[in-house]
Amino acid sequence: MATPIIIRNLTKKFGNVVAVNNVSLTIEPGAFLTLLGPSGCGKTTLLRCISGLEDPDDGEIVIGEKLVYSRAKGISLPPGQRDLGLVFQNYALWPHMTVYKNITFALEIQKLSKEDMDKRVKESLAEVQMEGYEDRYPREMSGGQQQRIALARMLAYRPKVFLMDEPLSNLDARLRMDMRTELKRLHHISGATTVYVTHDQIEAMTMSTNIAIMKEGVIQQNDTPDKVYHYPANLFVADFIGNPKINLMEGWVSGPGSVDLGKFNVPVRTYNKTGDVVVGIRPEDITVSTTPIDHGVEFQAYSVLPSGADTTIIARKGETELTVKEIGVSKIQMDQKIWLTFNSDAINLYDKETGNLING
Amino acid sequence: MAVFGKTDQRSQKLFAYGRRFFRWLTTPHVFLSLIMLVIMFYMVIIPLYRMIMTTITVQDIDLRVIKDAEVGDLTPYHWVRMLFGQIAKIMTYEPLVHSLTISLGATALALTIGGLMAWLVVRTDIPGREVIHTLATIPYIMPSWTIAMAWTVMFKNRTSGGTPGILEFITGAPTPDWLAYGPIPIIVSSGLHYYTFFFLFVSAALLSIDSSLEEAGELAGAGRWVIMRKITFPLVLPAIASGFIMTFSKTMGTFGGPNVLGVPVRYYTLSTMLRSNTGIGNYGDAFVLAIVLIMFAMVTIMLNQKMVGTRKSYETIGGRGFMAQKTKLRNWKGFMIVLVIIFQFIIAVLPLVLLIWSTLMLRTGNYSPSNLTLAHWIGQSDLSINNGEPGVLLNPKIYKGAWNSIRLSLWTAFFTALLGVILGYSIVKGRGTRLSKIVEQLAFIPYVIPGIAFGAVYISMFTKPFGPIPPLYGTFALLVVVSVAKHIPYSARSGVSAMLQVGKELEEAAAIAGATPWQRFKRIIFPLTSTGFVSGFLMTFITTMRELSLIILLVTPSTQVLASMTMRYIENGNEQQANAVIIILIFLVLLGNFIISRFRGGSLKKGLGM
Repeated sequence: MATPIIIRNLTKKFGNVVAVNNVSLTIEPGAFLTLLGPSGCGKTTLLRCISGLEDPDDGEIVIGEKLVYSRAKGISLPPGQRDLGLVFQNYALWPHMTVYKNITFALEIQKLSKEDMDKRVKESLAEVQMEGYEDRYPREMSGGQQQRIALARMLAYRPKVFLMDEPLSNLDARLRMDMRTELKRLHHISGATTVYVTHDQIEAMTMSTNIAIMKEGVIQQNDTPDKVYHYPANLFVADFIGNPKINLMEGWVSGPGSVDLGKFNVPVRTYNKTGDVVVGIRPEDITVSTTPIDHGVEFQAYSVLPSGADTTIIARKGETELTVKEIGVSKIQMDQKIWLTFNSDAINLYDKETGNLING
Repeated sequence: MAVFGKTDQRSQKLFAYGRRFFRWLTTPHVFLSLIMLVIMFYMVIIPLYRMIMTTITVQDIDLRVIKDAEVGDLTPYHWVRMLFGQIAKIMTYEPLVHSLTISLGATALALTIGGLMAWLVVRTDIPGREVIHTLATIPYIMPSWTIAMAWTVMFKNRTSGGTPGILEFITGAPTPDWLAYGPIPIIVSSGLHYYTFFFLFVSAALLSIDSSLEEAGELAGAGRWVIMRKITFPLVLPAIASGFIMTFSKTMGTFGGPNVLGVPVRYYTLSTMLRSNTGIGNYGDAFVLAIVLIMFAMVTIMLNQKMVGTRKSYETIGGRGFMAQKTKLRNWKGFMIVLVIIFQFIIAVLPLVLLIWSTLMLRTGNYSPSNLTLAHWIGQSDLSINNGEPGVLLNPKIYKGAWNSIRLSLWTAFFTALLGVILGYSIVKGRGTRLSKIVEQLAFIPYVIPGIAFGAVYISMFTKPFGPIPPLYGTFALLVVVSVAKHIPYSARSGVSAMLQVGKELEEAAAIAGATPWQRFKRIIFPLTSTGFVSGFLMTFITTMRELSLIILLVTPSTQVLASMTMRYIENGNEQQANAVIIILIFLVLLGNFIISRFRGGSLKKGLGM
């Protein structure tokens, strides 16, 4: 029932700027795909190309059975014929219409009967827990409520694909958390293929079945959240995902199972080539000891930043600085000597030249 | 087989190209932009071209001077004659100097008064702000030559063979010539009229300055004067510049004031000289003057743009929550408010009183009570008064003129508002495309062409059928066309600002919901911009009603409007009738303003794009 989306060699330019650069992407039926990346990476442009609000310069887009865009064939269906709904960052509720009118706008175009429209409005408002708000005008509601109405407006005409363009970025932190829960629930129930754009990695990690990380119009990695976090495909992804940030250190492979980082060595999964690499290890994959231990490397606690649930420790050894995460409140004092050990299973190696992940 | 495959591929490619082109063409903003281009081409570019051609070809009237020539031959005759001939000094250079003197003088005066008043209202604790603001918009409603007409009532002397004005009656001594006619009266009367632009522009700019910008200066230790000079003034400079452009280009092409106060003493400006040349059918020479006028207006505006520059046109709108400290006027408070109100009274109310008084005098120059009469308003035809024309309220010609004025204003306002919506849509939706840029630039052209020259452009247009357009000269339709064309820059501007208020997502959301372009326009865009539409309508209605320079060269006896009738009566020496007509005109404008502003809260200020 759910609809797949297939994108082939899509390119969109604005003047000399290539916003989307030859992107090919297959979105499985029922997936919740998040386009994630820094601002200006082309994620919104890609979404707008899918929606039909932006006309690409080249490539093909297929939604379900429909070829909605093809340069070669000169096809570009208007947004209204693509069976999709879009939730905008600023909600885009029509200010001169009540909630009821906002929701029934698309239904009127589809020529539904009055009873059907009433029913749809009731249902969709129930789905976003906004029953009884039919007669409000947008400006008479809070931002969070407007966001829910925008969602209801999309749900009411039952599009096959949901598109969302940073829908939570205008909400405050608490509401955002609530809405994440609701959106994930909604996707779980409806099973509709969803394409979600955000620059917030927490949103991406918590809600998606797939994350496509973009940079300069190119998809860097398209994988499950788990894979993206634990096996970032290149240094950009490794650096972009994770908070606190991953530790990246330049070194060279001195022999199988060990990387020389200058002042110390770290053990890695067997790797039988030699050469320059970048070592990536997440702060939680480093263990801290306050006493000297086997294979422990001596560091100094430069700064200790407890946040309640965990503590971030910035450790220094000469020029080398590492971020380490400990569960709970750490007893380590600033400037104290500490010994770090590295979980070799969690270390990823990257080719220094290309920045790509080396599969051990 | 291979060859077949190749052509097949090629035709498929062509087919795809065709579809893409068709889709581009049917994109609403592209389609509308193209229509606008065609319309503006007809309304602006072709008339300009025709005018230039007229100056470099032989005209009927020239045949008696240029031997062995045929009408339509290329000739430098007009240019040489007007720029280097014996008559060049009188016909071209003196009027040019006069026009520049008047424009610069009036603009400087308007800038000083408007800027000072804006500062007083926005930046001091002066009381009665609302009253000042309301009174400040009144000159905008009155025809630009109202003050000039009132001036003659007050200050005229016997120089031009007329009767003495009030001043001469009171003092008993003849009013000096420099005060009665010529440059100074023209400068003062136009400056007092146009100060409104500066007042509105500068006060809007002052209001929108984010006060933290000034506070930052204060924290950095700058004194009030330094802040004013280094921060405030540069920030309002763009507003001053746009007021400058507007006033300068208006006064350059203004006809009413110079005709009332200049022509009687042979103080000609380019506009009045242009009129006297077209009056005798000498279009070749007249258009040379028109082109000179256009060139000067354009150059000045460009210089001005360059000086202010785009780099310095900032977005000054910030948080409006906190207002900068207002300068305390202390003991001067009462004095200043009285001064301002008196000043505004002199500009806005006194002229009307003087004009009404003059219409109640049977003979001009006789200020005794026995001379008071209603004859000019409701008197029957009497050969000893006004060449036998009855009082204005009984005069069918006046009703015809009033009806023409109303008709012209309504049609113009309607088409202008319509064009405004379309231009605004095409320009805003196409932002960033070359097409949108061309439309925007083309729409700006009429702005830099002074009113009377723009009218002149239209004389040469449409005297013969042109393309699908029948000959329009002498028709009422021509007046509508020229008025709409002249308003294009304003309509584009207010259309763009109205359209910018409608976030593009609102239309996109409707497109996603499956609405057609027409449905989107009808249900989303139009309802959200209708206030702008009404304001644009109101604004155009008022300006057209009291427009004179633009149409003075184009009206014929059957298409007379009230504005042109005042001039005709003045030229015939029927001062009271002229003044009565202008009173009627002002009354109609006020009435129209009142009626239209009842709808949807449209307002004059919004129409100005603020």
